[in-house]
Amino acid sequence: MNNKEHKPRREVSYHAVVMGGSAGGFKAFIAILSSLPKDYALPILLVQHLHHNDDGMFSRHLSNALKIPVIEPYDKQTIEPGIVYTAPADYHMLVEMNKTIALSTDEKVNWSRPSIDVLFESAALCYGNRVIGIILSGASADGTVGMGAIKTAGGLTMAQDPNSSAYPVMPQAAIDAGVVDYILTAEKIGNKLMALGQKSNQHQ
Amino acid sequence: MDQNEHLKPQIQTMEIDLLLEAIFRRYGYDFRSYARASIDRRVRNFLSSSGCDSVSEMIPKVIHDRAFFSRLARNFSIAVTEMFRDPMVYRAVREKVVPMLKTWPHVKIWHAGCATGEEVHSLAIVLKEEGLYDRSTIYATDFNDDALDRAREGIYETAKFQDATRNYQQAGGKRSFSEYYHAMYNAAAMDSSLRTRVVFSTHNLASDSVFGEMHLVFCRNVLIYFNRDLQNRALNLFTESLIHGGFLCLGTKESLRFTDVKDTFDVVDKKSRIYKKRRPSNE
Ligand SMILES: C[S@@+](CC[C@H](N)C(=O)[O-])C[C@H]1O[C@@H](n2cnc3c(N)ncnc32)[C@H](O)[C@@H]1O
Repeated sequence: MNNKEHKPRREVSYHAVVMGGSAGGFKAFIAILSSLPKDYALPILLVQHLHHNDDGMFSRHLSNALKIPVIEPYDKQTIEPGIVYTAPADYHMLVEMNKTIALSTDEKVNWSRPSIDVLFESAALCYGNRVIGIILSGASADGTVGMGAIKTAGGLTMAQDPNSSAYPVMPQAAIDAGVVDYILTAEKIGNKLMALGQKSNQHQ
Repeated sequence: MDQNEHLKPQIQTMEIDLLLEAIFRRYGYDFRSYARASIDRRVRNFLSSSGCDSVSEMIPKVIHDRAFFSRLARNFSIAVTEMFRDPMVYRAVREKVVPMLKTWPHVKIWHAGCATGEEVHSLAIVLKEEGLYDRSTIYATDFNDDALDRAREGIYETAKFQDATRNYQQAGGKRSFSEYYHAMYNAAAMDSSLRTRVVFSTHNLASDSVFGEMHLVFCRNVLIYFNRDLQNRALNLFTESLIHGGFLCLGTKESLRFTDVKDTFDVVDKKSRIYKKRRPSNE
C-alpha cells in the first residue's frame, strides 16, 4: 500500500538544508551529519543555541567530528554546497535572496541569538519549496514558527523523534503545531539527507 | 488553502521594495541598500503591530503620516548594544592601538553607529585608564536621534551592569567598574566625566560625508546591516577620514575581505578586526 500522507511533492530537488538544535543538540547533529560525505550536494545551515562566550568552540568541535567541512561564516559569505555553516554565538544568521549569509545583532528571538526561527524564516523566503528544515532536541520552542514558514513555502520538514531526543520539548512543539512531514530518529534523518542530497545532485 | 499562497512571499518582497522606495522618495532615508533579510524581518514584525493588513497598506500611511514613518524608521535602526561587548577587542585596543595613539599630541576618534552609547562610555574608560582621555575627542555619531539622546544621558538599566562589570574586567580594566557609575533607582548613570570629551551628533552613513580627519574610526556591527554597495560607501568615508597610519575597528564578524578598500589597510589584529590605513607606497 502506498502511504501518501507524508509524501512531499514529487521530483522536487532541494537546494539547502537548515537545522536547529538546543539542549542535547550537539549529539543529534553528530548522529545526523557524520554519515555525510565531504562532497555532499547541498549546503547545510545550522543554528545551535550557544553560550554567548562560545567563541567558535561549537563549530570547531563539530568540525573535528565530521567529514563534511564545517565553518562559522562571516557576514555576506557566499553559500556553497557541501559545507556546514554554523551560526556564531550572539549573532542571528539569515539567508539573503542572492544566496549569501547575513549576520545580525538584532534583539533576541525566543530568548535566543542565534534563533532557529530567524534562520528558518529567511530560508523559506529564499529557497521556497527547495529547502529542508530539521528541528532537533531542545528545551525551547524556538524553531516552530520557522518550520511553519518552510512548510507553507512547500519545503520539506523533519523533526527528531521526541522519544529519542535528549530534550523532547523543541521537536514536540513543532509536531504539535502540525508543521512536520517526518518524525525520525537522528540516524534516520541522516539517511534521508543522504538520499535527498544525491537526488538533488542528479537534478542539477 | 488559497491557491496563490505560495506566491505570498514574492508579493511581499515586491511590496517591501515599494515601501522602501516610498520612504526614500518622501523622507530621503535610504533603506534600499540595507541587508535585505533583516529589513524583511523588521517590516513583517512591524506589520503585525501596525494595524495594517498588508505591507501595501503601510505605504500611503508612511507617505502621509510622519509619526507612522518615525515609528517604522525606529524599527529599522534597532540600536542593540552593550558595554565592553567583545572584551578582547578593548584589550587589543589597549595593547595595539593605544601605544600608537600616544604618539599623537591630540587624538581624534570617530565612533560611527554608536547607538545608545554603551560602547562610547567603554572606549572613554579605556582612554582614561591609558592616560589618553584628556587629549582625545570622540565624535560619536548615529542616524537615530532617539538613540543619541539616550547616549547623551548615559543612563542604563541596572540589569546591564552585571555583564558590563565582567566584560570590563575581561577587557583588561584597571580599576573597579563601580567607580564609573552611580546607582540610581533600578538604573545607573555613567559618570558624566566620561562624556566631557565626547561630541554626539547625527550622521547618516548612507548620505552624509566626512567631517574631519581621524586617528581611529570605531564602527562595529553597523556594516552587517548594509549591502555591499552601502558597505563600500561607508568604508570609503572611513578611509577618506583616516590619516595614514590611522586605525579602523570593525565588528568581530565584519571584514574588509571583498570590499573596495581591502588593499588600503593592513591587519593589526585579525580576531578583533582592527586594521591600519597604509601609507602610500610612492611617498
Ligand atoms: C547594532 S547597532 C551597533 C551598536 C554598537 N556599535 C555595537 O556594536 O554594539 C547598529 C547601529 O547602527 C546605526 N545605523 C544604522 N544605519 C545607519 C546609517 N545609515 N548611518 C548611521 N548609523 C546607522 C543604528 O541606528 C544602530 O544604532
